[in-house]
Amino acid sequence: MGVKLLLDKANVPGIRTYEVYRREGGYRAVEKALKEMTTDAIVEEVKKSGLRGRGGAGFPTGMKWSFIAKPEGVPRHLVCNADESEPGTFKDRYLMEFLPHLLIEGLIISSFALGSNDTYIYIRGEYAWIPDILEEAIEEAKAAGWLGKNILGTGFDCNIHVQRGGGAYICGEETALIESLEGKRGNPRIKPPFPAIQGLWMRPTVVNNVETLAAVVPIINMGGEEYAKIGVGKSTGTKLISACGNINKPGVYEIDMTITVEEFIYSDEYCGGIKDGKKLKACIPGGSSVPILPANLLLTTAKGEPRYMNYESLSDGGFATGSMLGSGGFIVLDEDQCIVKNTYTLARFYRHESCGQCSPCREGTGWMEKILQKIETGKGEMSDIDLLWDIQRKIEGNTICPLGDAASWPVAAAIRHFRDEFEWHVKNPELAQTSNFGLQHYADPIHVPA
Amino acid sequence: MATIFNDTQMTEFKRLVARYPEGKQKSALLPALHLAQDSFGGWLSTEALDYVASLLQIEPIEVYEVATFYSMYNLKPVGKFVFEVCQTGPCMISGSDNIIDYIKKTLDIKPGETTKDGLFTLKLVECLGACGYAPMMQVGKIYKEHLTKEKVDSIIAEYRAQASNN
Repeated sequence: MGVKLLLDKANVPGIRTYEVYRREGGYRAVEKALKEMTTDAIVEEVKKSGLRGRGGAGFPTGMKWSFIAKPEGVPRHLVCNADESEPGTFKDRYLMEFLPHLLIEGLIISSFALGSNDTYIYIRGEYAWIPDILEEAIEEAKAAGWLGKNILGTGFDCNIHVQRGGGAYICGEETALIESLEGKRGNPRIKPPFPAIQGLWMRPTVVNNVETLAAVVPIINMGGEEYAKIGVGKSTGTKLISACGNINKPGVYEIDMTITVEEFIYSDEYCGGIKDGKKLKACIPGGSSVPILPANLLLTTAKGEPRYMNYESLSDGGFATGSMLGSGGFIVLDEDQCIVKNTYTLARFYRHESCGQCSPCREGTGWMEKILQKIETGKGEMSDIDLLWDIQRKIEGNTICPLGDAASWPVAAAIRHFRDEFEWHVKNPELAQTSNFGLQHYADPIHVPA
Repeated sequence: MATIFNDTQMTEFKRLVARYPEGKQKSALLPALHLAQDSFGGWLSTEALDYVASLLQIEPIEVYEVATFYSMYNLKPVGKFVFEVCQTGPCMISGSDNIIDYIKKTLDIKPGETTKDGLFTLKLVECLGACGYAPMMQVGKIYKEHLTKEKVDSIIAEYRAQASNN
């Protein structure tokens, strides 16, 4: 059993309620932080912990906090990014649904550290039942004196507000989220200025993911140094992985980032192996935008070493032979899955979600979708594969926000590792409508020269 | 249906606006549109959008550009129950195509259409964050997960019963 810091109490009956959460040791971290620590000391502790943003980008949280501007007389805000929309990712939903007080506790400490008197949780609109759960938890916390005016006699006031989005993946990008929170379309802003200088209502703002803010609780309880001892290298602490696709046990798992990908997929403690006794074909290990890897490169790196479930190991080899830990949305594909079709649905997703501001993304995502649909429905030509490659390359890096990259990477990786499957579709247009390319060599670990 | 909030809805609207600082009431636009949609029959007419604009003291165009940007706002009438079925990668590899085909056949409608009795609308949507519990669909505030043909049958029966009881 690995270390559990976030989900250790997830199975305690009634943990969703304040009473049980408090009885199980909840809100100790708030007491410690507000009564015994200065705001600088809290930021320092988070820096020491090595905590990296759990939304996907993996940026060091303590450093992000230290960037916040503190102009005299201007309110500052903490915004919790609960817009979880990256296909394959459903971990924040789990935290908010089953452990709302853990998030509230993390929010109070983080709001105190950043000086946010009005903190907002921006939650994706489709999670329509969760705001009720969060608002109930907020009311309970308020009634117990953890929120509101002059918390614990420190003079610190804090209110937490929950706002539902309207259905837009792009609002997970922090400046689009801020625009949306201001009641506008979710068009990402040009940076600089960064939100830490001019964010919500042009005030200094920090936007952090749900899991990141929840992780602040164990960091304060155990101390940053102890937290940093868990895990390996720059992958400190624990990470929630939401596993889905063709596996026996889909769900949300907390891992300490020292286990191998093989153990995560095949052990009964986690995914429990591939469903129906089938073979592993491929996996998208960190949410739909990160590069898909064939089984051989997923389980071992190009150097032939075992691959681990952490930031460094999953990205070992760069995009040529590696991928990313990303948001922890772990999508497993078995031998019967068609890479062309999977890539097509993802391309359609990104076309649907492009905000339309930047031409390369607005136009390019539509072109990629159409070409992939053409290949998938048996009307593709060989030159379409090169055209796809060319388009994705021209989107990547040429847009205001990372949605362009997110749309390009899945297409690039699919062609990079599964070009023979695309060619098979083009050469066998009729056969491809009724059968799949199948496994070919992907599931047999083979040596790939570095 | 009158496009004006009743007392309960107006109380909720005021609660939404109170979350934001003075003069920043435009921030309440997205939640206010959800409230309007829920209050006015599941969709937003131009009258409804204009009404929200007047309440928030912003220009109607500011409301239109938001209402047309986000996927959850229905700008045309919909059935009493909207089946929003996810079709993105993780759901697709877990069999969402079969579920979508089955719903189309059972209700005899295409995506975007409403059944003749006005009860059901089928909408295909992109990832709803339920990938581990796929295939799935959203109906109102609720997620219906681990869908099978049998489960779809019982969901349809459940809503039909609910509609005839009202």
